[in-house]
Amino acid sequence: MNRRRRPKAQGLKKEPTGIPGFDEITGGGLPSGRPTLVCGSAGAGKTLFGMEFLVRGATLSNQPGVFISFEETDNELATNVASLGFDLQQLVADKKLLLDYVFIERSEIEETGEYDLEGLFLRLGHAIDTIGAKRVVLDTLEALFSALPNEAIIRAELRRLFRWLKDKGVTAVITCERGEKTLTRYGLEEYVADCVILLDHRVQNQISTRRLRIVKYRGTSHGTNEYPFLIDEQGVAVLPITSLGLNHKASNAFISSGIPRLDAMLNGKGFYRGSSILVSGTAGTGKSTMAAHFIEAACKRGERALCFAFEESQDQIIRNMRSVGIELEKFVRKGLLRFRNARPSAWGLELHLAMIHKYIDEYEPVVVAIDPITNFFTIGDATETRSMLTRLIDFLKIKQITAMFTSLTSTGSELERSEVEVSSLMDAWLLVKNIESNGERNRGFYILKARGIAHSNRVREFLLTDHGIDLIEAPVGPEGVLMGSARLEGNGARRKSRKGTLK
Amino acid sequence: MKTAPKKTSRGKSNGHASPPDGDSRRWNLRLYVAGQTPRSLTAFKNLKEICEEYLKGKYYIEVIDLMENPTLARGDQILAVPTLVRKLPHPIRKIIGDLSDTERVLVGLDIQPR
Repeated sequence: MNRRRRPKAQGLKKEPTGIPGFDEITGGGLPSGRPTLVCGSAGAGKTLFGMEFLVRGATLSNQPGVFISFEETDNELATNVASLGFDLQQLVADKKLLLDYVFIERSEIEETGEYDLEGLFLRLGHAIDTIGAKRVVLDTLEALFSALPNEAIIRAELRRLFRWLKDKGVTAVITCERGEKTLTRYGLEEYVADCVILLDHRVQNQISTRRLRIVKYRGTSHGTNEYPFLIDEQGVAVLPITSLGLNHKASNAFISSGIPRLDAMLNGKGFYRGSSILVSGTAGTGKSTMAAHFIEAACKRGERALCFAFEESQDQIIRNMRSVGIELEKFVRKGLLRFRNARPSAWGLELHLAMIHKYIDEYEPVVVAIDPITNFFTIGDATETRSMLTRLIDFLKIKQITAMFTSLTSTGSELERSEVEVSSLMDAWLLVKNIESNGERNRGFYILKARGIAHSNRVREFLLTDHGIDLIEAPVGPEGVLMGSARLEGNGARRKSRKGTLK
Repeated sequence: MKTAPKKTSRGKSNGHASPPDGDSRRWNLRLYVAGQTPRSLTAFKNLKEICEEYLKGKYYIEVIDLMENPTLARGDQILAVPTLVRKLPHPIRKIIGDLSDTERVLVGLDIQPR
């Protein structure tokens, strides 16, 4: 979403759609004064795209618009988009919008000889002139093909219609059903050559993702990828999420991990601001608690924190963290902390990324915790997930947001391949490990890497106490690191021996 | 439609019948055209001939020029022109085209069984 556009040599004039993200990928919107084809299968969001184009045009660009509907009545349209906060009735009353429902019933019509569609032209022309419309949506023009018997006439008339719309100088959106082999069922892309947009609604592993692609945009450069898009309570939002590259700034400031002993291990200061931190460990090792410390510390400094939790609900997290002495609820109440909880399978990968983008843009947090990222590997394959995480990290870095990710390693095994892949994206990597010895299970903690920070190489014993995480220096004995009772014993022995030498 | 002197621009053209009243057997026909194109004229001529032959004395034609009254296209949902709308008797029927296929006009108007 960076706007680094070189000034163009007097290019094509564009009309902003006001749809977040869409104007970025098209470099300004739809071609001004020309028709654009929006095709997609049923339920792809064509009508809504058209309607939002008009509503935003009327409210943001002060361009009145005409919506010719071949499928839904004025009332149905108004009801359908009311849930998105579009008040069509008000816009109609203000003469910013004109809705016209064209109903054609095939069974009522008998064809006898030559005709043309001048009636439609006059109707449309009248509607445009009535409110001085600059934008027009025809939804779905292909209804004509099923309503009127003579395809040759319709084709000739549509060709004339597109010409006529251009002459009128209106920016038009024409929606079309997707065809099996062609972009549109009746091959309308032949007539509209300026701009073709494809909306797609794909279900993969039972998870659906909406995607948008600009198939063609004559006379301009545009993003060529498939971009995921959302339809939510504010309408359509396209999320141009590509890798943003490695040109973000690197901060010299530090940010506390929220655990004094951990900060001490990190040269006494903590992590770099804007860095990405991975905490990995087996189940039940206290990764989430570590993230909670990090978040609590940010909130205590008065910085906003956002937590994406994919395993627990907000209440559950607050309750569990309270048991280790981390009070998060008051920060939620103060508006310093927000949770976003969702099951990974709720959406596809791209949509997850899109939602994260959206929430971050809305809330503008200083720190973010994502708990855990390993869950993403359950909904996409390794390449997809890695690509998604790369883009997420790039995005966070550009925003200079310090982020802590937790990652679950399965018990017993060495590091997962996926984890190794992800870790290369991270600036710091902390590891919590269960260590079994002497008939007890203790947690060992060490810093695997911390880019640009002189850090301790020692293994610490990781304790979860009623006041949070404590990292205790674990002495090294002849059998290795001493933890738990062995450490206590070891300490005792040392103290004794120290006493001995003093005497 | 200068060739049809009997009607005005928004035009009401009577066959031979008396002005519209409550006669249930009346055929109330409305012809939508867009300007006085050759096709409009042909359609009107064809309609007139058919009515004279099959509905003599029982019909009433109203010609609407959408060029002059584009708002009226909405009411009867007119897209194609010429369109002939049978307002009465019910139900409404629509016939598009220049009405040159007499056979189909008669079927469309339900004057002849399908």
